[in-house]
Amino acid sequence: MSPDAPRLRLRGLRSPLAGPFDLDLAAGECLAVGGPSGSGKSLFLRMIADLDPNGGEVALDGMPRPAMAAPDWRRRVAYVAAESGWWRDTVAEHFAPATHAPARALAERLGLPDELFDGPVQRLSTGERQRLAIVRALVLNPPVLLLDEPTGPLDPASIGEMEAVLTARLADGVAMIVVSHDPAQAQRLGARRREMRERRLEAAA
Amino acid sequence: MNAISLSPADLAIAGSLVAFDALLSVLLRLGLHRQVLWAAGRMVVQLVAVGYLLRFVFALHHPAATLAIVLVMSAIAAREIAARPERKLKGWAGLALSAGGVAIATVVTVGLALLTAIRPHPWYDARYAVTLVGIVLGSVLNAGSLSLDSLLGGVARERSAIEAQLALGASFHQATARLLREAIRRGLLPIINQMSAAGVITLPGIMTGQILAGLDPLEAVKYQILLMFLLAGASGLSALMMAYGALRRLTDERQRLRLDRLRE
Repeated sequence: MSPDAPRLRLRGLRSPLAGPFDLDLAAGECLAVGGPSGSGKSLFLRMIADLDPNGGEVALDGMPRPAMAAPDWRRRVAYVAAESGWWRDTVAEHFAPATHAPARALAERLGLPDELFDGPVQRLSTGERQRLAIVRALVLNPPVLLLDEPTGPLDPASIGEMEAVLTARLADGVAMIVVSHDPAQAQRLGARRREMRERRLEAAA
Repeated sequence: MNAISLSPADLAIAGSLVAFDALLSVLLRLGLHRQVLWAAGRMVVQLVAVGYLLRFVFALHHPAATLAIVLVMSAIAAREIAARPERKLKGWAGLALSAGGVAIATVVTVGLALLTAIRPHPWYDARYAVTLVGIVLGSVLNAGSLSLDSLLGGVARERSAIEAQLALGASFHQATARLLREAIRRGLLPIINQMSAAGVITLPGIMTGQILAGLDPLEAVKYQILLMFLLAGASGLSALMMAYGALRRLTDERQRLRLDRLRE
């Protein structure tokens, strides 16, 4: 780990489907990626998280990605998909017991009633699922967060709460890439803006 | 053994029952008479052909002849297993996987029986080896195709759940453990049913065949028990190999979920 290395560094990151991408993201920095659907925004995040086959260089705090086992990498560079996935019946079962307390605290800050936590996933609305999926990633305290439309299905009040939580993480030094269609949201998060066009990152209009 | 030999006339009388089915279909307009007659005719031709083939192979007394017929039967079973699931692996992977699973499950269980319980002389005597392989392959096929179908279907269906776990740092093994268990369970259900029903709800075919052929019922029962144990082992091995092998194929060195290796 070198002290002057960026938190997240991409060089020539590419796959047959998208790229190449070059990017330096410092600790506490946020990048907002806009662009039409199908332009490759999700592919971009999935490649960084190493969920799709890809080539090029990726490093976290100067540590190259191949030096880390894939699960360790993904725990530190956490990706939350636009459509959340669930694999147990109740919400609480999706959290390690040690993370229950911080998860409940975060859920409360996001305006989620505490009893949701003990209930079945099936009873959650799309917006509640999305917020809890983000809580699931936040309790791992990853140094990098990759969020695909984190506030897509949320109402304005919930968006404000989510942005407050994310801003606090940025202040703690987390680097973030957020897919968002709303330039005002990028501004509220203090984010650099880029546009995805035909699977390449370009300066935002 | 003093089996009562059947004459062609005996078979013809029993065959009138098939004609009855066909008549029923015509009278009730089931539209099945063609299928019933065709299936019955096909069954007769297939079995007579197999009878002559087995008689020929038994007379050869040669390990190569035994091996050749076992290989052909195994290849057909492997092809069936690979073709059965709704979602299939791309390319040759599916066939390679089922061939490996069939080979291991069959060799282990039939080999165990030939080397311990049955011990014919010579051990490759086709009368025993081919017959045992034939019975065991039925269970290998059943368990393997159910397990493979459950696993491939489950992984495709649960894609977002698996990837959500991977994205939070779970290993591929952790993220798919439940689907692996589910697939092996599915594969084992038929043999569990078969064992619990044996003798109470159904009289197993091998046993009834031997009793009809004049063997003492208790001797026939001992054979049937041995066979059920072999089938249980073959089912477990087959279900495990198919599910585990398919999972290996659906991931890579970075523990990604590689659904691109499934056919559309």
